[in-house]
Amino acid sequence: MPAFCFTATQMTTTAATPTRTFKFSWTDSFLWAMRVMAIFVILWGFIGAIGLGLEGNGLSAEAWKQLIVSGVAQGSMYGLLALGYSMVYGVLGFINFAHGEVFMVGAMVGFFAADALFEAGLWEANFILSILIVLLVAMFTSTFTAVLIEKIAYQPLRNAPRLIPLITSIGISFFIQNAVQLLVGPAVKTYPAPPSWLSDPVNIFGLQISGTILLVVFLSAVSMVGLWLFVERSATGRAMRAVAEDKEIAALMGINVDKVIVMTFAVGGAMAGVAALLWALMFRSVSFITGFLPGIKAFTAAVLGGIGNIVGAMVGGLLLGLFESLGPNIILRGLSWQIPLALGIVLLAAGIATVVGGRTMKRNGIVVLGAAAIIMGLTGIAGITIVIPGLSQLKDVVGFTALVLVLIFRPAGLFGEQLGREDRA
Amino acid sequence: MTMALMLVVAACSSSESEETTTTVAAATETTVAAATETTVAAATETTQAPTETAPEAGELGAVTVAPGENIQIRSLQAISGDVAFLGVPNLRGTELAVVDYGPIKGHEVSIGTPLDDLCSSEGGQAAGQTIASDEQVVGTIGTSCSGAATAASPLISATGGVLISPSNTSPALTSDLEGNVGENYSPGYYRTAHNDLFQGQAVADFVFSELGLTTAAAIHDGDPYTNGLATAFKNAFEELGGEVVVFTAVNKGDTDMTGVLTEVAAGSPEILYYPIFMPEGGFIAQQAGGIAGLEDTVMIAADGLLTDNFMELPESAGTYFSGPNLDYGTNASEIGTTAADFLAAYEAEYGETPSAAFWAHSYDATVLLLSAIDAVAVELDDGSLFIDRKLLREALDATSGFGGIIGTLSCDEFGDCGAQRISVVFHEDPSDVETGKQNIVFEYSPIG
Repeated sequence: MPAFCFTATQMTTTAATPTRTFKFSWTDSFLWAMRVMAIFVILWGFIGAIGLGLEGNGLSAEAWKQLIVSGVAQGSMYGLLALGYSMVYGVLGFINFAHGEVFMVGAMVGFFAADALFEAGLWEANFILSILIVLLVAMFTSTFTAVLIEKIAYQPLRNAPRLIPLITSIGISFFIQNAVQLLVGPAVKTYPAPPSWLSDPVNIFGLQISGTILLVVFLSAVSMVGLWLFVERSATGRAMRAVAEDKEIAALMGINVDKVIVMTFAVGGAMAGVAALLWALMFRSVSFITGFLPGIKAFTAAVLGGIGNIVGAMVGGLLLGLFESLGPNIILRGLSWQIPLALGIVLLAAGIATVVGGRTMKRNGIVVLGAAAIIMGLTGIAGITIVIPGLSQLKDVVGFTALVLVLIFRPAGLFGEQLGREDRA
Repeated sequence: MTMALMLVVAACSSSESEETTTTVAAATETTVAAATETTVAAATETTQAPTETAPEAGELGAVTVAPGENIQIRSLQAISGDVAFLGVPNLRGTELAVVDYGPIKGHEVSIGTPLDDLCSSEGGQAAGQTIASDEQVVGTIGTSCSGAATAASPLISATGGVLISPSNTSPALTSDLEGNVGENYSPGYYRTAHNDLFQGQAVADFVFSELGLTTAAAIHDGDPYTNGLATAFKNAFEELGGEVVVFTAVNKGDTDMTGVLTEVAAGSPEILYYPIFMPEGGFIAQQAGGIAGLEDTVMIAADGLLTDNFMELPESAGTYFSGPNLDYGTNASEIGTTAADFLAAYEAEYGETPSAAFWAHSYDATVLLLSAIDAVAVELDDGSLFIDRKLLREALDATSGFGGIIGTLSCDEFGDCGAQRISVVFHEDPSDVETGKQNIVFEYSPIG
């Protein structure tokens, strides 16, 4: 596990080892309490979801499958976008908040291409060719926008403190949003519908999946593998990793750092262009504000997987998509299940035993688990249930809470920071 | 009596000088009518011939427009951000109305730089302060969103201004329709939009009595408007004897609706009411088809989705919409404009059709304001124009039988001036949006 230097996380990283000193600290107790509560809520939610299912009050199997499929589709889109955040962070060390707008511009220009193709009749006559054209247009636009932003806004700030380009990126983001609004108007634009042979559900592994979603997952998988090969195997990819590792040494080795940085933006932009097409296929709508929220989510996904880490970005995206679609229905819905009295008593007893056992073994993780079981047992004995109204509205809360939890347990994200390891703020 | 006390208290807290006005407004309807008739009559008399010196300003002060200067009104709409689709047509409705109305007694009308309410109370607060601090502003058309009006209306009211909204529908801004003042009402606030409570009742009535369905689900997006409307529907539907099995919400910005639709499907409702906006409403319509258990559910949207870009979606076929009655036919505004005239001018000027339904309300609100200014403005000998703020409010209060594109406007004592005609339309053919907008299957008009 990489060493991190601020105190709160240091405690986390040393927490699992028995050498921990027992000096009382508020931060420390707070983090422990957080962990106990988190495990308690997750445990209750999971058991509750199973309980509700057994009682016949839960969601149908069909509904669960739908949620998983939509989570994967949405997640793969987050993953594609997250790559752009991760790569720029890896190479330059700042978050390019304008990346969501790069994606939006691709989707917007792609819309005009799709609309023109639809008017010309090609959309229906040859759908495959049409989406290829739209894909190229979206990728070109996004790549061009990303490189343009780099040239105009970031290059002059290359040697400025890292906060400066960060703020600049937020400014650029607003600028692009408002410029697009003025150019094309505020209304939501709707892509023409894909033909029914694509959008009709097909049966795969017992799952009814619409062809559109299959195509989305397939295309994002292909792009991600392609990108991974590019970064790991090509000469340019090697140069990128070298620049991420240490800009000065890379320059001494004869790498044109500026060119590599432009390349990074271009590749990130191209991925955003692919995401734009997938967005168009799946959600079929775009407006000037479209890039904002997916951008934030993708950034979250990048942090979740370990920012700067390419595999991390992809996995983080998928996980965030799944958390969002399944989380409210598993964890939050499960809380409405009343823990039976008998189970409550068993949990309480088992919890106390675990805590005692954990303390004698000096294994703090086991103590936490036991404490969570005790709280859950008490909840069952008291007969408490929590019915949350408007579950689905809380999916962002679940997504971001998952992020916080992951960062409490693994401060560098699931896969750790990798692409570059120069000094971090 | 309680109501009068409340008003006096409210007035005292904002400004001492308003006490008299509000007490008058709170008196019984007949007295209001009598009082305002006389003042308007007096005002019209004084406008017959130019006066030599400025008349004494009323207790709310007055605006004097110097010779050659423009009369300043303002537009305060959501013109940036994700609700711009609503605010931009509202702004343009005002712009076109100002052009169509022409000068008032030799003075051009200027709306200055369009202000942005950001569809939030923060936006309303900032813009409200800007307007309140500019003594030349006679009146304001806005806001787009009820949340913004909640902040802007007291500020503008306190300095004697008037605010006429084309699209705020929250009951809190006017009254509960039973004579109780809304918690966010301020004197000087008017609107041409309908009150949400009417729409909630209309939908409940339509579902329960007309369609004969008894279990419903409702989805809002957390916004005071959609939440208020969904709640109004829920209350009215339960009062009629129906059952609301799922009452839930999405987030603005959500794209994947599988979760919320699965939640709705679990309750197996016969109808789903989702009075939200684009793009979330579009996602609900597009994705509902793929959810097991929602195949036979009747979908009802509201005016927020009564827009071309939603109704052109193939999946919007078979959707009902509740909303202000948009079948304007040959209704003519007080200055002669019909809906057809307006739409032609709009398309010619801006190169697109309006992206939301309240353009006519905005046009009517502007004409209403300009007519009221016209009625109370006094020309002085030196060529300047004298507009008394109190007389302006009284002229607006007395609005009755005023011609508008949306129908006949009459203001009640809490500023509800809209035509209050609610209709439910049935949309069958996404390739023919105009027919869908006017295919009225149910009409509800509590005032008659």
